[in-house]
Amino acid sequence: MADLMRTGLYDLHLELGAKMVPFAGYEMPVQYPLGVLKEHLHTRAAAGLFDVSHMGQVILPIAAVAALEALVPVDIAGLALNRQRYAMFTNEAGGILDDLMVANRGDHLFVVVNAACKEADLAHLRAHVAGVTEVTDRALLALQGPAAEAALARLVPGVAAMRFMDVGTFGWQGADLWISRSGYTGEDGFEISVPDAVAVDFARALLDQPEVAPIGLGARDSLRLEAGLCLYGHDIDTTTTPVEAGLAWAIQKARRTGGAREGGFPGADRILRELAEGPARLRMGLRPEGRAPMREGVEIFARAEGGAPIGRVTSGGFGPSIEAPMAMAYLPADLTPGATVYGEVRGKRLPATIVAMPFQPTTYKR
Amino acid sequence: MKFTEEHEWLRVEGDLVVVGITEHASEALGDVVFVELPEIETQVAKGDEICVIESVKAASDILAPVDGEIVEVNEAIVDNPGLVNEDPLGAAWFFKMKVEDMGQLDGFMSEDEYKDFIG
Repeated sequence: MADLMRTGLYDLHLELGAKMVPFAGYEMPVQYPLGVLKEHLHTRAAAGLFDVSHMGQVILPIAAVAALEALVPVDIAGLALNRQRYAMFTNEAGGILDDLMVANRGDHLFVVVNAACKEADLAHLRAHVAGVTEVTDRALLALQGPAAEAALARLVPGVAAMRFMDVGTFGWQGADLWISRSGYTGEDGFEISVPDAVAVDFARALLDQPEVAPIGLGARDSLRLEAGLCLYGHDIDTTTTPVEAGLAWAIQKARRTGGAREGGFPGADRILRELAEGPARLRMGLRPEGRAPMREGVEIFARAEGGAPIGRVTSGGFGPSIEAPMAMAYLPADLTPGATVYGEVRGKRLPATIVAMPFQPTTYKR
Repeated sequence: MKFTEEHEWLRVEGDLVVVGITEHASEALGDVVFVELPEIETQVAKGDEICVIESVKAASDILAPVDGEIVEVNEAIVDNPGLVNEDPLGAAWFFKMKVEDMGQLDGFMSEDEYKDFIG
């Protein structure tokens, strides 16, 4: 793994017994000795600590609000101070270049992007926005689960008052922590940007809390899938629009037809048309009958025999909390929850029911 | 007990061979969530893909280690796939085969040889 980058927590991962794998150009922990299944369940029962320092952290001047709005179908101008929103960069065809979080931190916008898209996103931003600064001296940690608030509040008094998607700056041993109440598991929790100089000490302080265990990328994937959240490059990409992806909720009224700042983002023609008329296909949840998982790439058919595929699984696996397999697929938009479709697994067409997502109820503190 | 390069173990019980996967294999697979076993009374040939095992990470096949007939399968691991991680060498056996020519087992590894093999 010679050409791979390492996060500031690399040595700590090894010390904790992590199994390291290449991911988006980094050597990252896929699991710790607890194992994927127990790490997943621990996060839902108590609190899990994730190293997500491989993700891109970017600062834009607050004057860049209009320039950023020209890249995303999201109301950035209406984003209140100390609030965060989910957004996506779109292309001229209405496809998704990446999904991201944008926070209004007063004199600047703080943007978090996917690791695998980081370089492309930075180039895209720099081509359209003045004053783009990549943050290269901070780690990013996520603390997720029902005990996350109690564990973090012991170190950082004040976080308990935050609501879902609030952001704020807090002190810890003289360092500034940039904290948001958000995450990628469907649980209540926090994402914490912490200066490299204290990142390992801060991670250790969290791990010293009785509720907290380190969680790897394996459980991160099953947690986000149960929560119905998209993984870029799998469930969303340049061939899927935000409306097809079921992300229309992220497109506020101000950017829609008739809104104060209608359109004006790449792919607006198609995206606004799909909002008005409905998309031809839609990302849907599937619950396979039985225990056999339907993984990414499994083709979906309308009938148990014959016919051409009507869609393909984009993410699928076993949900440790729901104790059953689950999958996402793009399917004709006229299909509705309760309908039966068939996934072809090892040459056999197995029935699956279309269900509303999330698979596991979310517990955000709104 | 004998061991194969495909990380299966074989234990002779009279004219039957009991087959399971090794501890090393179960650890490498991770938490097992699904097992599909062959039909009983199936004639299988060495190398046939006869079981499917899925963990939280991936799907893999289990191959017939020798020629023979499947005479019994362990439904307990279908109902509780986690047993494969808990007790791979004992309660989580996969199937029993009736084997005409026990000489087929001669080339497999002993426990010490298998330990060397997995390093």
